[in-house]
Amino acid sequence: MKIQEKVINEEDMDRTFLNDIKEASGSTEIDICIQCGTCSSSCPMAVYMDYTPRQIISMVKNGMRENVLKSFTPWLCASCYSCQVRCPMDINITDVMYAIKRKAVEKKTYPSRFAIPVMDKEMHKILTHNGRSSEVLLMLKLFLKTRNLIGLIKMAPLGLNLFKTGRIGLKKESIKNKKQLRQILKAVKEESQ
Amino acid sequence: MSEYIYYPGCSLKTSGRHYDESIITVFKELGIELKELDDWNCCGATASPSVDEAKTSAITGRVLALAEKSGKDILAPCAACYMSLKKSKKFLENGSQKAEKILKALEDAGLPYKANVNVKHPVEILTKEIGMGKIKAKVIRNLNNIKIVNYYGCQIVRPFTEFDDPDYPTQMDDLMDALGLDVVDYSAKTKCCGGALTANLEEPGLRLNYILLKEAKRKGADAIVTLCPLCLFNLEITQRKITKKYKEEVKIPVFFFSQLMGLSMGIPKEDLGFSRSMIPLKKFWEKVENGGSK
Repeated sequence: MKIQEKVINEEDMDRTFLNDIKEASGSTEIDICIQCGTCSSSCPMAVYMDYTPRQIISMVKNGMRENVLKSFTPWLCASCYSCQVRCPMDINITDVMYAIKRKAVEKKTYPSRFAIPVMDKEMHKILTHNGRSSEVLLMLKLFLKTRNLIGLIKMAPLGLNLFKTGRIGLKKESIKNKKQLRQILKAVKEESQ
Repeated sequence: MSEYIYYPGCSLKTSGRHYDESIITVFKELGIELKELDDWNCCGATASPSVDEAKTSAITGRVLALAEKSGKDILAPCAACYMSLKKSKKFLENGSQKAEKILKALEDAGLPYKANVNVKHPVEILTKEIGMGKIKAKVIRNLNNIKIVNYYGCQIVRPFTEFDDPDYPTQMDDLMDALGLDVVDYSAKTKCCGGALTANLEEPGLRLNYILLKEAKRKGADAIVTLCPLCLFNLEITQRKITKKYKEEVKIPVFFFSQLMGLSMGIPKEDLGFSRSMIPLKKFWEKVENGGSK
């Protein structure tokens, strides 16, 4: 273990971070968290996280911007919403995780070769472009971006199985009125900037 | 009873194609012709809200506005579509500045949204609007020797609780019970399958699905019945690897509720997408044949 200061001093805290996350998540109750840990004990993915959901909420409250935005935790959230419906203080914890993910994408601080953020970004790109997702295209892009050739090869038996049962779409899916979709997306993008 | 416009979403056109086939067939048998929402786009599922909030609301808003034009309620069989549309509806109707901007963008594109559309799941429609009486009257095949557990997953019951209890829903159990199936209580009914993480993260994916499959096996179920295309997909693709990793046989068929509904109504299995199962169904069909007709 490296011998170094383990305490975060008050002057190192980013006082604006809590409000940023409140604003982005629409969850104004974050600071009333009582640290009971119901979220972490309800979370099916907590055992794999670098910080548990309870810790993340505390870190948001205490302005640990960098640690939070670099964390794997929000990307390991499966969106099961167990924490959210069980929170005794009605904090929208899953929505907080989404807000953290969006901030991390915006600031490019997310774990860049981790499959989940890469998949989310690629899927979002495909479906805002075409209006519909295309599985094969998504898988190819995912493995290309994560440079995971072995992963792609490992997927082959599943692909074959889906093909045999007629459950895979090989062609690029698209809506008819892409022009309309683009117009809407362009308008909301301009508005949000 | 209201009329419905059908929003299949991307899963029901690919990996969950048998959900699409069986839902349409079963509703037709009940006298309801499902018309697909013209030029629908994807809901964004868990991907888009992780990347861009405004754009997520814009794409889901487009679906809501298109459906509203038809004057009918949305019938959304996929749990992720159902939840995403409900979430978007709530957001667009909250009167915030963010919401107003998206509504304006929709209106400028010829899609004004006036909050006059409801989002419903077919199970809700079947149990609450069509009614058990009408469904029971259609049952001609006795499936009471088929033991099943009902698996709801997450997003149909959470975070919104209009569908049923967030931890212990019973709607699908009641429906399957009305069809005459041997419904067994399933404590894992709303535990998570890993959702979109499972296909990419093997370790958590296998563990979460192992919990679900093991519990179904322990209950002696012949099949797991679900209402979510991603749940079905995860429960199927993980079985072989789980058996290898945990050295335990967990092989069990996974069906959509609509497939078993159709079967009990005497609809030929070819019309219900049973051939799309990744799990061998030999044992299951033997048991069905032994049941005989009512």
